[in-house]
Amino acid sequence: METLFGIVVDGVAYGMILFIISVGLSVTLGLMRVVNLAHGAFAMVAGYVASYAAQGLGLPYAVGLVAAILFTVLATLPLEKLLYRRIYGSANELAQVLLTIGLTFVIVAGINYLFGPTLKRIPLPDALLGTVAIGPKSIPVHRAFVIALGAATVLGLWWLLERTDFGIKLRAAVDDPNMAAALGIRTERLYTATFALGTGLAALGGVLGAELLPLEPYYAIRYIVLFLAVVAVGGAGNILGSAAAALALGIVDTAGKYLIPSFGEFFFYAALILILFRWPHGFFQGRAA
Amino acid sequence: MSGTFRKALLGTAFLCALNAGSAWADTIKVGVIAPFSGPFATVGQTFKQAIEVYQAQHGKTVAGNTVEFVYKDLDQANPAQSKALAQELVVKEKVGYLAGFFFTPDALAVAPLIDEANIPCVIFNAATSAITEKSPRYVRTSFTLWQNTVPLAEHVAKQGIRKVATAVSDYGPGIDGETAFKQTFEKSGGKVVDSIRMPLKSTDFAPFMQRIKDSGAEAIYAFLPAGPTTLGFARAFSDTGLKAAGIRFFGPGDITQEPDLPVLGDAAVGITTTFNYSQAHDSDLNRQFLAKHKELFGSSDIVTFTSVGAYDGAHVIYRMVEATGGKSDGAKAVAAVKGMAWESPRGPVRIDPESRHVTQTIYLRVTERKDGRLQNTEVAGFPDQPDYGFKAGK
Repeated sequence: METLFGIVVDGVAYGMILFIISVGLSVTLGLMRVVNLAHGAFAMVAGYVASYAAQGLGLPYAVGLVAAILFTVLATLPLEKLLYRRIYGSANELAQVLLTIGLTFVIVAGINYLFGPTLKRIPLPDALLGTVAIGPKSIPVHRAFVIALGAATVLGLWWLLERTDFGIKLRAAVDDPNMAAALGIRTERLYTATFALGTGLAALGGVLGAELLPLEPYYAIRYIVLFLAVVAVGGAGNILGSAAAALALGIVDTAGKYLIPSFGEFFFYAALILILFRWPHGFFQGRAA
Repeated sequence: MSGTFRKALLGTAFLCALNAGSAWADTIKVGVIAPFSGPFATVGQTFKQAIEVYQAQHGKTVAGNTVEFVYKDLDQANPAQSKALAQELVVKEKVGYLAGFFFTPDALAVAPLIDEANIPCVIFNAATSAITEKSPRYVRTSFTLWQNTVPLAEHVAKQGIRKVATAVSDYGPGIDGETAFKQTFEKSGGKVVDSIRMPLKSTDFAPFMQRIKDSGAEAIYAFLPAGPTTLGFARAFSDTGLKAAGIRFFGPGDITQEPDLPVLGDAAVGITTTFNYSQAHDSDLNRQFLAKHKELFGSSDIVTFTSVGAYDGAHVIYRMVEATGGKSDGAKAVAAVKGMAWESPRGPVRIDPESRHVTQTIYLRVTERKDGRLQNTEVAGFPDQPDYGFKAGK
């Protein structure tokens, strides 16, 4: 019983980190209809900025986190204007894949040149070090912090997309851009804002997840499969779906590793296949799918 | 036009005059295959810098022959590509020696080629025991998992520790390490209570930590290849409270290699490892090696076990060139270095005639903070350790 509890707690912690990084991808893929394979690269850039802010400039963790998100969003907005705007709307998926994977390679090479190939870390503040007990199981404070922020992200995004003016306009623009424009909704601005939202979430995940997915220049390529798996299972554009998918995959993966470690990643991919077999469009059919 | 022609004539005359002193001088090329780009680029960098340090200290000529190193980039484990690069080096560049190799499969792939061309191959890193069994022209100057693990397992047993869990990455060297530890430790009366093979691509180590906790082990033996995974593992070990619970952490030194120490931070403090080289090794030769490195490249922070593997590899190649008088003869060159002994920055080393692997002192190290910097402090040495995993006649 205690073991089972331990597996669930570890699985939820791992799943929440997966969720925080992947949900931004779900937003761009589901709402903007852009297969943004550079998502991992944006997360990585934010991680490097936070690492530099903390270690190079000596700023506190929270300041580094905010700076990393702002920097990444501001740095990628020109990309949105110059590049992404041309590939919105899934008219040509191949062009999307080629453009974004090319962008990923450019960012990988740039980071490698600027920071070198060695690992970087973001030092945690004292408040996030140590362990906290949840019943009979103790987990690192940092993970508990990430779980809490993950839960806040789920609620915040749900509220933003379902309950605000912005969300209503965005959904209208996604469903029928021409009609939305005819009704006076400024779709271009909406798209820019949504792109910034997706990038900001990538940045948040890159910084918070750095303890689990260590920062090195190949981060962008190494982990993108994980993020895509979560989005595929959750259903693109579906916030609650992404959360459920990340938690399910996190728990399955953790249980598999605990019970039969030599099977490796078998359980993760087996779960992926089974879920997609039963729910081809993800847990909750995505709004945009 | 005529001016250029005159310059060319003058240049030729000047070159002839230079060469007159050493009429039989030749340039001998050594092909180095290693990752110089991609996720393992630091390895290639350490190889190249160590060779340059060696050449700066010992000159570029041996017995009148100039030794020139030619580098080929192999960015990740890729045996087919490794073989193709080796072929290119032998046929087009006419190299007389092959060297380098970070990954075992890449080193193994060139075995038929070096036999056919009769070229010696000096391995700077690849650490699976089976490699030198595959061709008599392999010589290795690094270490093997068996070599590091056997003295470690004996040491753990002597500490009075009876129950150990092993956790290794699920591939060749990891399984070598697991087998070596289990055999030695159980022979010494201990018991391995759980053997965990972790997928190479693991990012979350919490479930493994829970398993180790549940197994009731007093200590763990862990091996993971240096890089992002070691970082995750060492941090999980301290974050999940295993360290605080008093479980001891043992492993080969890859897990606390010098370039990773600043990132590992306090999570690394107290990890006990066995390895052939530590930057903190206390000898004049090592201090000279590090000083020269710093002089040439501005910093010696990235100097690690792969540096010393390449440095000693260059030394072995120099002796081979000397022994064959500049002619390419793999069998003769390898025969000349069998039993060769010298003092390296890591301490006294010797090429074992049978396994053609380096016999060396394996040091017991504890990671600690000294003057604000983390280092692997050597606390004891086990001299003359051979490769216990070598099986002759295979």
